[in-house]
Amino acid sequence: MARVTVQPSTTAALGSGGARVRSSAAARRWDGWLRRLPLLPALVYVILITQLPFVLTIVYSLQKWNLLYPVPPRFIGLQNYLDILNDPSIRIAIWNTIVLTISAVTISVALGVGIAVLLNREIFGKGILRTLMIGPFLVMPTAAALMWKDTLLNPLTGFVNYILTPIGLGSFDFINRFPMASIVGIEVWRWTPFMMLIVLAGLQSQNQEVLEAAEVDGARAVQMFRYITLPFIRPFIELGALLGSLFIVQSFDTIFMTTQGGPGEATTNLPFKLYLEAFQAFDIGRASAIGVLAVILTMIVATFALRTLFTIFQVETRR
Amino acid sequence: MSKVGWSALAWFVAIVFFFPVLWMALEGLKTEVQAASIPPTILFMPTLSAIQEVLSRDFPPYLINSATATLGSTLLVLVLGLPAAYALSIRPVKRTRDVLFFFISTRFLPFAASLVPLYILARNLHLLDNIMALVIIYTTINLPLGIWLLRSFMLELPHELVEAARVDGANMRHELTRIVIPLITPGIAATSLICLIFSWNEFFYAVNFTSSIAATSPIFLVGFISGRGLFYAKLAAAATLASLPVLIGRWIAQKQLIRGLTMGAVK
Repeated sequence: MARVTVQPSTTAALGSGGARVRSSAAARRWDGWLRRLPLLPALVYVILITQLPFVLTIVYSLQKWNLLYPVPPRFIGLQNYLDILNDPSIRIAIWNTIVLTISAVTISVALGVGIAVLLNREIFGKGILRTLMIGPFLVMPTAAALMWKDTLLNPLTGFVNYILTPIGLGSFDFINRFPMASIVGIEVWRWTPFMMLIVLAGLQSQNQEVLEAAEVDGARAVQMFRYITLPFIRPFIELGALLGSLFIVQSFDTIFMTTQGGPGEATTNLPFKLYLEAFQAFDIGRASAIGVLAVILTMIVATFALRTLFTIFQVETRR
Repeated sequence: MSKVGWSALAWFVAIVFFFPVLWMALEGLKTEVQAASIPPTILFMPTLSAIQEVLSRDFPPYLINSATATLGSTLLVLVLGLPAAYALSIRPVKRTRDVLFFFISTRFLPFAASLVPLYILARNLHLLDNIMALVIIYTTINLPLGIWLLRSFMLELPHELVEAARVDGANMRHELTRIVIPLITPGIAATSLICLIFSWNEFFYAVNFTSSIAATSPIFLVGFISGRGLFYAKLAAAATLASLPVLIGRWIAQKQLIRGLTMGAVK
């Protein structure tokens, strides 16, 4: 991959539109600004709509402000944080978020690796299989969640129930009896293809010669997988797990469409709790504090993600 | 195990994963009675009645809103992102890596971080239930990924072409518009597709920033949550129609789609 770089002095000498040759330092500075110019609109836009609001969120979180009361916002320092950290429902939300994320990511990564290995073999119709497998990830999440709730896991008319009738689970109400497991199940269904794609790409980018050499040396399939393949695809697995975590930790659509956070608070995670605080209780102060909390949680995951991306990024630019 | 054995297993797994999608499409082709039957109807004569009903009554305005928000934000992403990607690849600024990381990090910021202030802002600007609010927000969501993708397409251009143009005296604007953009048209198409998909399916901002006028397709499905009576066929029809654009988009550009979904990190 050719990386395009042009020495600044050359550009200045050619002149962007003019043939005047300025002093080297001034020319470099002018060139620097010229290069930055196309970048600025996008940069400013993003800063304005992502960073600035985040600063505002922090500001709001230090205030007592409820849209339902005609009282103007009042500064109360860290009181909101103390309140929510003492609030059992917040702790439940955090716990649910952790449970949901870890379960969904672990299971979908494991399944994804397994299916990727399976699809990497010599089998009939690989292309079609991959197409079929991506299905769950492409269907509109809200649509899929509703289909699961009403037509697949429905205790009366659901297809899954229908299949399970021979073993006596025909009228089992999955969503109400095991709400968290059902949500995890739906998310796993949705994200396994994503994991599979990443791992499959990794498997297919292996150096075939190394594998063949190992085979010639008498290595068995299990050994080859464990000592050659697995270390090679580890960064891909990590990338999938981290990207997936970042998305699943913010899970909202599925919960909204199937359980609305219930029964009770069994499936309320942090994003959903935020939604409840902001748009049902209209408590801006508390909701903002929850938002900051969610960001901190995500930052922890994101730091690892960025580091992994950094490694892959480095490999990319070295090529 | 033989090739046939592994193939059988692979096909079984793929079918299990794909089945809910198939079921969704099939349920939309049944009558309401068939869709809600106990036990589920497997064999039936397909009918378009559910689709017709959904399209003739309420769905189209939602579809139009989705289209507006999606196309509008994608266009904005291209307008802002093409120059930015150019400034990070062909004529790189000094701190390209830092800037790139900054952009990516905004993608990782949970929507919880900016939701409340944006809502207040939208309220004060009377942009609630206005499709422009979603256009602006979707652009922000898709810009980092768009820039990353466009940049990776630009990096693949042979730099002799660009240098030849430069020697010929093309200034930066010409370089970008007359040479780079036409050359990466397939990349632009792929990036647009990715943005379209993420915007089309977006739910959280849509549900909180719109109510009746600017509601997008996912919101239409919300009406089915506590539905009573026979509605499964209509639900399935609406769900299938809502998912159709994305599925068609995938048909058009599978490889680029995967690349975009994995953020171009995996080639």
